Formats: sequence, C-alpha cells, structure tokens
Amino acid sequence: MAERVRLNPIACEAHGMCAELLPERITLDEWGYPILDERPLPPDLVSHAKRAAQACPTFALLVERDRSRS
Amino acid sequence: MAIRGGALLSTVLASAGPSAYWYLTRSSGAVALILLTLALVLGVVDVRRWSTSAWPRFVVDSLHRNVSLLALAFLALHILTAVLDSFAPISLVDAVIPFTGSYRPFWLGLGALSFDLMLAVILTSLLRRRMGHSIWRAVHWLSYASWPIALLHGFGTGSDTKSTWMLSIGVACLAAFLAAVLVRIAAGWPDQLARRGAALGGAAIFTLGLILWLPSGPLGKEWARRSGTPSSLLGHSSSGQSSSRQSSARSGETSR
Amino acid sequence: MSTGTRTAELLLGEHTPSSGLPRLLQGVPAHGAMSLRTHLDTHGPPPLGQRRNRSEAGALIERIEQAGLDGRGGAGFPMARKMRTVAGSKGKPIVLVNATEGEPASLKDRTLLETLPHLVLDGAALAARAIGASEAILCVCESASVGLERAERAIAEREQLPGRWPRIVLSPAPAGYVAGHESALVSHLNGGPPKPTFSPPMPSERGVRRRPTLVNNAETLAHVALIARYGPRWFRELGLSEQPGSTLITLTGPLACPGVYEVEYGASLSSLLDAAGGTTSRVRAALFGGYGGTWVGAGALPELALSNAHLAPYGAALGAGVVLLLSADACPVAETARVTRWLARQGAGQCGPCVHGLDALAETFERVGAGAPPQHAAERVEQLANLVSRRGACAHPDGTARFAMSALDAFAEEFADHARHGACEACARPSQMPLPIRARLTEAA
Repeated sequence: MAERVRLNPIACEAHGMCAELLPERITLDEWGYPILDERPLPPDLVSHAKRAAQACPTFALLVERDRSRS
Repeated sequence: MAIRGGALLSTVLASAGPSAYWYLTRSSGAVALILLTLALVLGVVDVRRWSTSAWPRFVVDSLHRNVSLLALAFLALHILTAVLDSFAPISLVDAVIPFTGSYRPFWLGLGALSFDLMLAVILTSLLRRRMGHSIWRAVHWLSYASWPIALLHGFGTGSDTKSTWMLSIGVACLAAFLAAVLVRIAAGWPDQLARRGAALGGAAIFTLGLILWLPSGPLGKEWARRSGTPSSLLGHSSSGQSSSRQSSARSGETSR
Repeated sequence: MSTGTRTAELLLGEHTPSSGLPRLLQGVPAHGAMSLRTHLDTHGPPPLGQRRNRSEAGALIERIEQAGLDGRGGAGFPMARKMRTVAGSKGKPIVLVNATEGEPASLKDRTLLETLPHLVLDGAALAARAIGASEAILCVCESASVGLERAERAIAEREQLPGRWPRIVLSPAPAGYVAGHESALVSHLNGGPPKPTFSPPMPSERGVRRRPTLVNNAETLAHVALIARYGPRWFRELGLSEQPGSTLITLTGPLACPGVYEVEYGASLSSLLDAAGGTTSRVRAALFGGYGGTWVGAGALPELALSNAHLAPYGAALGAGVVLLLSADACPVAETARVTRWLARQGAGQCGPCVHGLDALAETFERVGAGAPPQHAAERVEQLANLVSRRGACAHPDGTARFAMSALDAFAEEFADHARHGACEACARPSQMPLPIRARLTEAA
C-alpha cells in the first residue's frame, strides 16, 4: 500500500519547511505555498516525507496510506 | 534542609570544601539563562521566518526546539544541585511551587514561577499534535513572561549578581532579549497599534524597573538579608559546615 | 381530521403522475406558496408509513438508484450512493437540506422554497426515513425573508399530517458564496465559522453534531418526493439515459421572460429560449453552471443541448442549472473583471493559493480592462488558473479559474482590444451580472 503526501490547505501557513525537507515532491509557488506531487512515494522517500510532516509547524503536511479515490 | 540522601552526600562534599553543588547550581543557572535567551532569540528568528541557503527554515526551527530542550536539561541540573546543596534549605517542592520556600522565598519563588511557565510551554510543545494549534500557540506566548521572571530570579537569588561575569552575562542576555522582543513587536499585529504599544510599554517598564532596582537591590548593601536569606545562614555559616574555607567562600552572602 | 380522511382516501385511490413537463413545477402558483392541501391534491400523498419500515426505507433508496438521480446543487453526485454512505456510517444520521443558494445567478431553490415548499419538505422527510434519521435541518439564507417565512408556515402546516414524521427544523444560515458549501454549513451548525473545512471526515461520515449527515440541495429532494410516488421508470421517461429526468434551469439575460424553467435533460437550448419568449437583443455568449462555470460564445449556442454530455466538448456543464445570457451590448471584459473580483472577495480566506491567486487573477483582468495589461497577460491568467486549481479546501478557486479561462477563450478579441486601448464605451454600462453586496467573509470572520 503506497503512501502519499497530502496537504491541509487551511492549516498551511507557507512556512516552507516541507519543501526544504522533501524537494523531490514539494516545490513552493510564488507566494510560498507548497505545490505537492501526490504520486505514491517510493520507499526511500517515506522517511523524508515523515520528517517533513513532523517539521511542519501547523501539521498541515500529512503522510497517508493510499485511499481509494473517486 | 536538603533531602535525606542528598544530605549525607552533601555533608561529605561540604566537608571537603565549598559544596560542588553550590558551584554547579550557580554555573548551571548561568548557562540555563544563556540557553533560554538563545532559545527565545531563535524563537523570534523562527517566527519571523528568517532563513538563508546555509540556514534553511527547518534548521532554524529544529535549533529553536533543541536549544529549548538543552536549556531545560541545564535547568534540571540547576534545580537538582540547588536542592542537593545543603547550604540553603531548598526543597524540590520549592522548585515547582512558588513562594513557599524558606530561602529567599520571593526571589526563589520567581524561579519556580518561571520554571512552571516554561514547563507549560515545553509540555504543550511536546504534545502539540494532540491539541489544537491555537491552544499551543496561546500557551507559547508565556515564554515572553517566563524569561524576565527568570532574569529577576537570577539577580535576586543568585550569589553572583555583583560579580562582573554574572552581571555581564545578565546584561548581554537582557540586551538580546530586548532586541528579540522589539523585532517581534515590530513584526506583529500590524493593525492593532494598541497591542503593540502595550507590549512595547511592558518591555520598557521592565527594563526601566530593572535599571532602577538593581543598584539599590542586589547590587546594594546587605541584599542577602533583605532578600530573605534565613538569618541562620547570614554572617558565618551555621550547623556543621563552619570550616573557615567554607565561611570565606560563603562570606559573599553577608555582603550582598 | 379532514385532511387525514382525505389522505386515506387518496392512498386507496390512484394518482396519475404527469407525463412530460412540468413535473416539479406542476401547478406552481403565481403568488404565494402552494398549500399542503393543494400539494396533496396535485401529487397525491407521500408514500410514508406511520413508522419507519426497514424494507420500505431500502426500497426508496433502490428506486432512487434505479432512477439515476444526481444531486442538483452543482456537484452532481449520485443521490443513492450518498444515502447509502450516510445510512451505513456510524451514528444516528441526520438530514441537512441546503436551500441557501449562494450562487447569485441561480434562483431555482428560492423558487421551490417560496412557491412549492412541500415538495422539498416531502423529499426531506422521505430521505430522512430512508436513512434512519429522525430529524432534517432546512438551511435557508438568513437574508431570504420570504423563503424563511414560507418555509416556516409550510412546516407548521405539516402538523396536520397523520403519522409520525421526521422532525424538520428551520435554520437560517449566513449569507455568502462559500458559506453554502456542504462542509461550511456543517461547520456553522456545529457552532463554528461558516467556512469550508478540510476533509476527511466528509459530512456523510461525520457532520452535524458528529453524526453522519446527508447534505442535499433542495431541488434534489424535490425530485425524491416525486420519485418516491411515481417510481424510477416514470422518472426516466424524460431526459437521457446517462442523465435522466428533468431539472430546473435559471435562465437570465436579454429575454422576454427570464426566470426559472423546468426542462428535460437533453432539450435544446433554443427550445428553452423559445419557452422564455426569445431573446430581446443580440447575445454575445452564455455562461453555464454559475459564476464558477464556463462561457460559451454565441456561435456555438444554436447547436447546444442542455446536458453535461452535450456541453462537455465546450468545457461546460450545467452545474447548479444556471444559464446566463450576456447581451452583445455589455462589455465582457468589464463583466469578467467585476465578477472575478467578486469571486476573489467571496473566498473564505483560509487557503493561501486561493487568497493570493484569485486576487492576482482579478488584478490581471482589471489591468487588461484598463489598458495597462501585465506582460503576457493571457499566459499569466493561464498560469494563475493552474496554480489555484485543486489547491484549496473547496472547489471555489477551481470554479473561478474555469470562469477566467473560459472568458479569455470566448472573449479573446475584446480582451486584446482592451489590452491595447483600455476601457470601451460599454465598460461603464450597468452590469448584467448581479453581484450581491455583502460583508466580506474575511472581514466578518
């Protein structure tokens, strides 16, 4: 079961730590907000993704198990 | 007096000379003050989102968190050694419940108060995932109260206030604190001038008060007596620790 | 009680449903609301037993599934699937009827509430029974005084009905474009701000008072009221196989009789325009779906039919049943700029990309309209549209992006003209696109 990063856009305050810690999947737009690549995470990126989620001051970044999407 | 187990150890250590605990509690207190100042400054740097390519945001943030925990470690050492030191009657309870001790109750109590506030800040930070962001944030503001109280505790309770090194550390930390607070005020509440004014006023009153108080307070005569040192400890040391070396090392108490 | 006896008689008697149109709008009164008695005479009694019956409840959801009823609030979510999710979630379900209609170009829900409230209330009660709820909350915009008054009266009228019906509670809801969002209503009812929330959990799993909540547009429930009586086969007699039944369209613009019309899916746009007495001036373009919808230039309009399948090639959809015609003497650039700015202000102010992106979109249009466009304005609009889409907690930025991009496409000539020469003489004319003036949500918060 793949894991992905997901963002709670309401909690996000554009601190930008996630982009520093997971540049492979997160870039910042012109206003400093993260643009996520929500493809499944390869195993070697999972720990980095979790660290990025831990670093987020507002818990906006989430690492989630794959959910069925409509 | 000191806790039982510690009493035995401290008596042993005391008879060897000025209590190692006493030196440790003073030095760890000073180090804790420096680290707390650093943690607060880093906190402001963090909230201002300052960063460079060499100092990315996650580094500033981690540093702030880790320095705070390091400060807590030194604070724990400071408290433990103060309790274990048999010279002053400080119990573990006095470290957490303010103003109940018998040794300089008010000034020591400030330390306990500052420590309580700090505990609230650190505990909520460690458990922040379980509480709302706004609760965590509200409690975190207490850091700005905890610091000045800690400084007052240091000046009022500390044995080294008159010494150049301690005074310099205190003044340097105060300067850093004020600079950080000013930066924070300048950046915060853009549309609420009243709040900024109040914060600025608070900082100014504190600084002014400190400058006015120090010369007649801890830097003045007989501070040890005026601050509430138990009379039995004034003059030469009492009960079983009256080695002359001890007394001279402690004589600082009387002249403060 | 006389109504009770009459109802009993009707239960035994036959009530033939209308073939063809109108269905919802059958017997719609010219003034005031249709009384309960007239409603029962027109449509017959709702098939609601004295007490909740499990098989009866399951049967209704089956019928709705076979009928292929989709939500009429804009998202078009299959009704039966939603009902099953709510019924299957943990906790006692509750029904939330969304009659807030924050879309300025839409009047259908208001029409139902003010003239045919019992259709909506029937549907709410039936849906509540079907999912095991004993309460339905009817959310009406707090500024819709007529709707509130008539809904209250209709609810009181229903005390006369025999048997134990699910309780219907009237709840005024704050005004605002995003305040009518499913999760915003739930948040408001739970004592929070009327702003969309992050999901999961979805309201269907955990909503009002942490209970599974069935949130439906008022019109959807009106259709439920009729499907319950006449069955899925009757429902499918009109419309298309992939989009069955009838729907309410709010048709506005330079027409002899703008208003709310009931059409079957797949009907041609021209037949609707004819029903509205035809256009009164030349039409430049039509906006489908709402202010978060899509512009289609006049050239394509004669061929258009009213179904998502027919509109899809133009990037359009029916959405909340809005068809707004823009006359040729309006300035599409000025209108686009005005509406985009309004949409930017209507955001809840919670999500960075939406707050910044929509503001930037509005500014770009305003600058183009004034003849001082930014470099590569068209590319900038496209870039912004991509930057805001799917990056908010709700679909508000996506709708605005769609509106902006389709405007750029449909009015390319006018945009180029304004970029070079600034405002045209039509810019100052009164707007043809109504914009309710309300307190900005961000300020009110």
